[in-house]
Amino acid sequence: MWTLIARRVLIAIPTVILVSMFVFGLQHALPGDPILVIAGEERDPEAIERLKEIYRLNDPVPVQYVAWVGQALQGDFGRSMRTGEPVSKLIVQKLPVTIQLAVASMIFALAIGLPAGILAAVRKGTAVDYAASAVALSGLSIPNFWLGIMMILFISVELRLLPASGYVPFFEDPVGAIETLIMPAFVLGGGLAATIMRHTRSAMLEVLRADYIRTARAKGLDERVVINKHALANALVPVITLSTLLFGQLLAGAVLTEQVFTIPGFGKLIVDAVFNRDYGVVQGVVLCTAIGFIFMNLLADVLYIVVTPRLRTG
Amino acid sequence: MTDAQTAAPTADAAVRAAEALPPRRNRVLAKLLANRMALIGGGIVLTFVLLAVFAPLIAPYDPIKTNFLAIRRPPSELYWLGTDELGRDILSRLLHGARASLAAGVFSVFISVAIGVPVGLIAGWAGGWVDAIISRITDALLACPFLILAIAFAAVLGPSLTNAMIAIGLSAVPIFVRLARGQVIAVRNEDFVEGARAVGLPGPVILARHVAPNVLPPILVQATLTIAEAIIAEASLSFLGLGQQPPSPSWGSMLNAAKNFLDQAPWMSLFPGIAICLVVLGFNLLGDGLRDALDPKEN
Repeated sequence: MWTLIARRVLIAIPTVILVSMFVFGLQHALPGDPILVIAGEERDPEAIERLKEIYRLNDPVPVQYVAWVGQALQGDFGRSMRTGEPVSKLIVQKLPVTIQLAVASMIFALAIGLPAGILAAVRKGTAVDYAASAVALSGLSIPNFWLGIMMILFISVELRLLPASGYVPFFEDPVGAIETLIMPAFVLGGGLAATIMRHTRSAMLEVLRADYIRTARAKGLDERVVINKHALANALVPVITLSTLLFGQLLAGAVLTEQVFTIPGFGKLIVDAVFNRDYGVVQGVVLCTAIGFIFMNLLADVLYIVVTPRLRTG
Repeated sequence: MTDAQTAAPTADAAVRAAEALPPRRNRVLAKLLANRMALIGGGIVLTFVLLAVFAPLIAPYDPIKTNFLAIRRPPSELYWLGTDELGRDILSRLLHGARASLAAGVFSVFISVAIGVPVGLIAGWAGGWVDAIISRITDALLACPFLILAIAFAAVLGPSLTNAMIAIGLSAVPIFVRLARGQVIAVRNEDFVEGARAVGLPGPVILARHVAPNVLPPILVQATLTIAEAIIAEASLSFLGLGQQPPSPSWGSMLNAAKNFLDQAPWMSLFPGIAICLVVLGFNLLGDGLRDALDPKEN
């Protein structure tokens, strides 16, 4: 098992290096000269020279890259070219906001997707199954930012039930946090619930055909025990992997949801940075998201190895 | 009766049965036509394609011309779906916007297939270090979430519909590289490939004539489903202001404007969203139907 995990970790290393090169190269292709933006109206040649010095723009590109990676490894992702704040500080500020949203969405997606998938599999071919599949398909077809707009329209504007926007930290005011989280989490988690439901359903169907399920039934076990204990435990393996993978995607999906509900998180940070042509921030955010994503993929594979007996012992 | 006599009619029957069996392509088509969901999906897609093509003829008003005497009118006999904050007819903008959405979906997937499939074929066929390098780059690209990647590309290329298509297309390339590579590896050691190699056909010929056709069905399915995703991605980028630029209509940019008028003009945000849902659902249904029809296990 350890060899397998070690090999998987080793494979992730060149991926991280490539991603860093890619992110670095991408930012250097950005249109507009950010130095001219910072230098302001006068464009004093001396000031421009000094700024280029500060941001190391006079060095050859490979030198810039190595310096950048060296700093990034020490947790220094450069500075915002707008406000001069360190990018790492911005990220540390915004990350909890997005993680709170992502966790709430994941809880929501699992709470709906798992039972719906199990039920659809157990009642295969019945109205329950078709209804669940139809809801899942529409969940995949509705763009989540539009769903968000519609929820604001009906729940906030018409019925005045929930706040339309904002962010409340959970540990400061749990009730306020939940109120502001219900709609964004529903919007962001809805699509995931559909994916989880579809996978749970097919995993359950696969497992229910297995011999040991027939044996369990033949022993005269209660159907509920067969489903909950014997089938579910095995069907959950691929779903665990999938959920870990999806969690990484949540961070990206948050971009739109945060935009719709004006939540000051990671997604809003990157969109604002793109519009401000803020080199440093875009670079830092994309790199962080990508590494977070690679880490979640790694975690998913490791979890898969740990929960699969065949791989655990082999 | 002798053995020969009994054997003859059975062999005959087998030949007749084989002749009666339609060629594979027709069977796939027949299966697709028998699938009601796929038909509905195809119908939706076809309808929107026709609406987009004939938009200038059907649209009752100019989609760009502003009219300050008819600002934010609710749906009425005059303006079936109402007007927006600049007095433009929403129905006309929706019809013209269908062009942006469908074009974005089709062109971006065309880009991803045109780059991803050949690269994946080469990686799977060549193996060794070529495969290793291509796979690592694909992993790295897949490591950046689709939308973040598209936003980053759109930021680099500058905001416009064309650039959004390129951004979405490039972001989806790794999906097709992986799929094509996996398919080639599955087919590479099949008997018919061995046979082609045994008669001395050169590699590129085997790849193009014997491997590629077997790789195509799953790619067709994936392409259809990716069009659905690309349409949502284009709407998302336009919603963020990184796609279609005003005043040209696109469903995403219409929603971007609409979200500022939820109180005063809810119809502005209702209809573009419904249009996106319908088209995306159409492509999803069609893709699912194609997958069932092309599934060799069920044929």
